Amino acid sequence: MFGYARRILRIDLSTGKTRINTLTEEVAKKYIGGIGLGMHLLLENSKPGTDPFSPDNPLVLATGPLSGTMAPTGGNGHAFVSKSPATNGLGEAKSHGFFGSELKRAGYDAVIFQQRAKKPVYVWIDDNNIQLMDAKHLWGKSPQETEDAIREDLGDYYIRVASIGLGGEKLSRFACIINDKTRAAGRTGMGSVMGSKNLKAIAVRGTKDVGVAKPEEFMEFVKMMHERMKGPATAKYRTLGTALNVLVHNSLGALPTRNFTNATFEGAENVSGEYLNERFVAKIAGCSSCAMRCEHIAVVPEGPYKGTTTRVEYEPLWAFGPHCGVDRLDAIIKAMDLCNYYGLDNLSAGNVVGFAMDCYEHSILTKEDTDGVELEFGNAEAMIELVHRIGKREGLGDILAEGTKRAAEKIGKGAVKYANHIKGLEMTGYDIRGLKTAAMGYAVSFRGADHNRHGAYGFDLKGTVDRFKVEKGRSKLVIDVEDLYAVIDSLIVCKFSRGTYYKKYDDLAAYYTLTTGIPMTAEELEKAGERIGNLGRLFNVREGLTRKDDHLPPKVMSTPIPDDTVSKGSYITQKELDFMLDDYYAHRGWTEEGLPTLEKLKDLGLENLAYIVKEKIRKPSKK
Amino acid sequence: MSSIHARKFVSADPDKCVGCCVCEYACSFEKEKAFNPLKSRIRVVRLDPVINMSLTCRLCEDAPCVTACPRDALTQSEENGVIMVDEDKCNGCGWCIEACDYGAIMLHPERKVVFMCDLCDGDPKCVEWCPEEALDYVTVDVLAQKARIAAVKKLFQEAMKTEKT
Repeated sequence: MFGYARRILRIDLSTGKTRINTLTEEVAKKYIGGIGLGMHLLLENSKPGTDPFSPDNPLVLATGPLSGTMAPTGGNGHAFVSKSPATNGLGEAKSHGFFGSELKRAGYDAVIFQQRAKKPVYVWIDDNNIQLMDAKHLWGKSPQETEDAIREDLGDYYIRVASIGLGGEKLSRFACIINDKTRAAGRTGMGSVMGSKNLKAIAVRGTKDVGVAKPEEFMEFVKMMHERMKGPATAKYRTLGTALNVLVHNSLGALPTRNFTNATFEGAENVSGEYLNERFVAKIAGCSSCAMRCEHIAVVPEGPYKGTTTRVEYEPLWAFGPHCGVDRLDAIIKAMDLCNYYGLDNLSAGNVVGFAMDCYEHSILTKEDTDGVELEFGNAEAMIELVHRIGKREGLGDILAEGTKRAAEKIGKGAVKYANHIKGLEMTGYDIRGLKTAAMGYAVSFRGADHNRHGAYGFDLKGTVDRFKVEKGRSKLVIDVEDLYAVIDSLIVCKFSRGTYYKKYDDLAAYYTLTTGIPMTAEELEKAGERIGNLGRLFNVREGLTRKDDHLPPKVMSTPIPDDTVSKGSYITQKELDFMLDDYYAHRGWTEEGLPTLEKLKDLGLENLAYIVKEKIRKPSKK
Repeated sequence: MSSIHARKFVSADPDKCVGCCVCEYACSFEKEKAFNPLKSRIRVVRLDPVINMSLTCRLCEDAPCVTACPRDALTQSEENGVIMVDEDKCNGCGWCIEACDYGAIMLHPERKVVFMCDLCDGDPKCVEWCPEEALDYVTVDVLAQKARIAAVKKLFQEAMKTEKT
């Protein structure tokens, strides 16, 4: 078995004891790596009903079979998987950069962090040598400062570090884990799980070779992928970048604006990808082993935030821009940089600020609550101030650091009507009131509000389907992409490369076999995708999530799009949502309550998880 | 010995290099049939996302590494300027590594002798693989020509901008 390191490392943070388990070929083939392997290890190593911040909630770090090889975009990924403090269901977040390949070279496919350290520590993985290091001097530092300090401390400047900032230390429910200074395993609050373990950082140095099963053929395959990556499938990422979406979404009435009050933004030109690239982007950089390049590094050229440098993508730009009604890119870039500094998920942070603004506009929050900050939509300075307060958990920021769902419950006075989240995870930059195939994907996603679990917005935006209609058959579209994305996130290849696998599973299966030597057919790989999707669902069912949790944000179901645009009047009714869920569950082979059946589990080779659904299927609860 | 003007070496264009490390992988695979940047003859330096560039041996004239070696393990090819290591003589003491201004000499993680770029017999694999075409196999003279052309182009662009506004 090549590609894989064949070793899973277990670290008990309370004692510093480590153990190595073997990754068998059977498990490797079944769960691939990344989120698939991570979910499998999480299910095996945790008990139902564990609090996400309990020492008993393990944090799993997993690489993929391609990590550490020359496979473009596949060489460099890693995933964190744990029970999410945002959703109380499955938490998972991937990141790219240089960290994952280093971990593979150190000789590990996955690391399971268990229990809690008595005082702040960081873990130093130096090939076979694992040590808990005192992190007292790092506590309170940003991930960027932590990375530099650890390299200085250990005297090796090629050490790769993944760490948390103040957000994770103070258990903000949307804290992220940052590696290589600007790359984040962003969503579902994995940083706060790390913080709850008193684990400040993971430092890795790996010196071992990573081999592949069929070196010559593998290199030919890589050469082909290099060529494809220079082609049309990745052109968007190499030119304007994802910020291109701003004007596209705006023209289609699909750009959520002012916390989903509107679906078009009058200031869209000022925050467009076109303007961003013309005025702010200094360089487009790339991750380890990548043959495209997508990292649009923006530098603010003038004004109060002059010199601020950060990587810009559409989602965070949207969250702090249109979503907060802010049309100043310098302030948006500053807010994003601050999130990196505090170690907060940009996307959720921007959502929370927009939510607070909406509450302020509706007098649910007053100037007294905000300690004098005038929190109207569009107030860029107020937005920046609020990010500081969330990062430090000061004043209103302390409540907002809990995420929109919990903050709304704490604030009361009807604030829940403005809290746009699914399962406790904040929304992303697609106005799904008028993207109804995407809406289904959002509702059923196992990690909450997310476009990256299904990519179903593609069908809506490209006009493949009538996006204002709910009809039978959409579930197949959603499921097909969901399964593919589950494979992509398990192999871990970059989602931006998805268009370069012209023959989809055939390409990906060939990639897998050339790398690992384990025979894999396209059908088997597709099945693995379905298995991994079901695994996410099963974890959520085990933790008590039900059909009720496959919901949509309140505004999506209450406020028709008011703007004079193509999507005017569109929103989603309860009846439509019920129709979507019935259609989706049926197509998945699940019960009406959204429970994977015993037959389905058998079909997927997941009989060992029958305990999760057995009781529930026998005694179905009322809808 | 061939004139320094005629010596071709691998050079990275800092404006094009994105720090993706494909050159490191290509090199370690070509030379050692393994993916391992520690066995690469070319190394990427990433100071931050904007500042990154790969570096390898520049085939200095009267190479200081050769002079520094106390065991006469290093010699420089008269034909193309490549540094050659006599692995029987080299004991990995590291004097040559210290002498190199570019960090282009490394200690092999397993064999414990030093190694550096050998230009892949005139067909450097890193240059072939670089997805950004940031690597060039050139002489210093050609580099100078390119720099001059780039400088003039830049001036010309500035002038065009001034004309417009």
